Amino acid sequence: MTIKEAQDELIEDFELFDDWESKYEYIIDLGKQFPPLEEQYKTEENIIKGCQSRVWLNAYMDGDLLKFEADSDAIIVRGLVSMLVKVLSGHTPEEIATSELYFMERIGLHQHLAQTRSNGLASMLKQMRTYGLAYQATN
Amino acid sequence: MTNFPDIASIRNDFPILNEVIGGKQLVYFDNAATTQKPRIVLDALSGYYEHYNANIHRGIHHLAEKATAAFEDSRRRVQKFINAPLAEEVIFTYGTTDSINLVAQTYGRKFLKEGDEIIITTMEHHSNIVPWQMLCEEKGCVLRVIPINDEGELLMDAYEKMLSEKTKLVSVVHASNALGTINPVAEIIKKAHQFGAKVLLDGAQASSHLTLDVQVLDCDFYALSLHKIYGPTGMGILYGKKELLDAMPPYRGGGEMIKEVTFEKTTYNELPYKFEAGTPNIADVVAAKYALDYVDTLGKENIAKYEHSLLTYATDAVREIPGLRIIGQAKEKVSVLSFVIEGVHHQDIAVLLDNQGIAVRTGHHCTQPLMQRLGILGTSRASFAVYNTVEEIDSLIKGLHKVKKMLG
Repeated sequence: MTIKEAQDELIEDFELFDDWESKYEYIIDLGKQFPPLEEQYKTEENIIKGCQSRVWLNAYMDGDLLKFEADSDAIIVRGLVSMLVKVLSGHTPEEIATSELYFMERIGLHQHLAQTRSNGLASMLKQMRTYGLAYQATN
Repeated sequence: MTNFPDIASIRNDFPILNEVIGGKQLVYFDNAATTQKPRIVLDALSGYYEHYNANIHRGIHHLAEKATAAFEDSRRRVQKFINAPLAEEVIFTYGTTDSINLVAQTYGRKFLKEGDEIIITTMEHHSNIVPWQMLCEEKGCVLRVIPINDEGELLMDAYEKMLSEKTKLVSVVHASNALGTINPVAEIIKKAHQFGAKVLLDGAQASSHLTLDVQVLDCDFYALSLHKIYGPTGMGILYGKKELLDAMPPYRGGGEMIKEVTFEKTTYNELPYKFEAGTPNIADVVAAKYALDYVDTLGKENIAKYEHSLLTYATDAVREIPGLRIIGQAKEKVSVLSFVIEGVHHQDIAVLLDNQGIAVRTGHHCTQPLMQRLGILGTSRASFAVYNTVEEIDSLIKGLHKVKKMLG
């Protein structure tokens, strides 16, 4: 699945919900189902500190593909993190670095990306792209 | 006021309370961060720009004279609000943070030396920690911290033991933004003065709730922000005793703060202008007067009494939420209700309440050392102002039940 296809699939999933409650219940479910990051990866190096919640991001190369694992101590952020991982993980560094992300806005969740200081989500996205650039350079 | 609280009519004074957020009527419980502004303040702001916008103090024309008169009128209004002996003891700043930095950078740098001690408390806002740390780093002073009990009250015995001839400055929050605790500042000041130490009070949170009298308190400095007292953002006050302000060097250099400038030497203007370099925040200063008029017309005691009734109602009501624990249970509190819910991250609470139109603040409230002392990462905080209602608190309780259900 391409980055675009993954985004379109998420947009389609969210079209089923017509009120904020079912939308957030779904995000909370995604957060609950998302496999937790192993403790050994919850390091100072991998932490992205927001004012409110913490996000951990671990990146590694699997063949030619850059993969991500992540976690957060807040469940809604965890759900949002799982979507970013679903969309971006398992693509080439170049695809990740140059990807155009539109699904958060289309789903109506862009305010979570705008709250740069509070939830670490925007910093996480930036960090994912930075990994893309870095691995692109080393390859 | 005979029929206070006539909350419906008070609410009519605040246009923003009619805002609808995602189809829901706004419930604004983030008043400890900033209060909303009554129409009279908004009109004063636009009135200034529409009718007498001019740079103050130097102009010889009608608009400049009118703006200058309004600006200085605001100074006297603040003087009355805090009962300062002299208008020139009221310095206009950008806010509480700026006021504290002013004292640290002028009084602190001139009069404190290596080995001198500065006392603060565990419940300080970062604004009343970092300026002193910067000073300590530069001058080799020692920062000491008064501990608290689990209810969020200062341990006064420990404070007394801390005081010595080395104590030069005690800088304490009047009312805690994160817990609501009202500190026994009169006693703190009295004890500090016995050792010749000066006392600064951070009044950012207290100033909208408590009646202020700097002469009765006998504090040496008092810092506050107008935007937390129904006034405009971007302006605050530093009150200081005249003999201290006179002895302090200027803070920033520039226009207005000088008497005479030559390339060889500059002499400085007298109080309060010595500390007001550059064109000040004229519009907001002028409008601030109307905020204080508004508060005093309602009556501070009436406001405090009403806010206290909201706090009591909310404190009782939140107890029905399973797993909820109130953080900050001091005997004396302003209308701040901080809490955690077991197993629920405060950010999730904020997001789900926001979707119900309810604005609370969550996180560490710029008091990270306090959160560490309490062993928590943050709290959710509902803070009440004069326009809030019991019905809004009911909405919060309903909202919290929904949060629990959705996250359960």
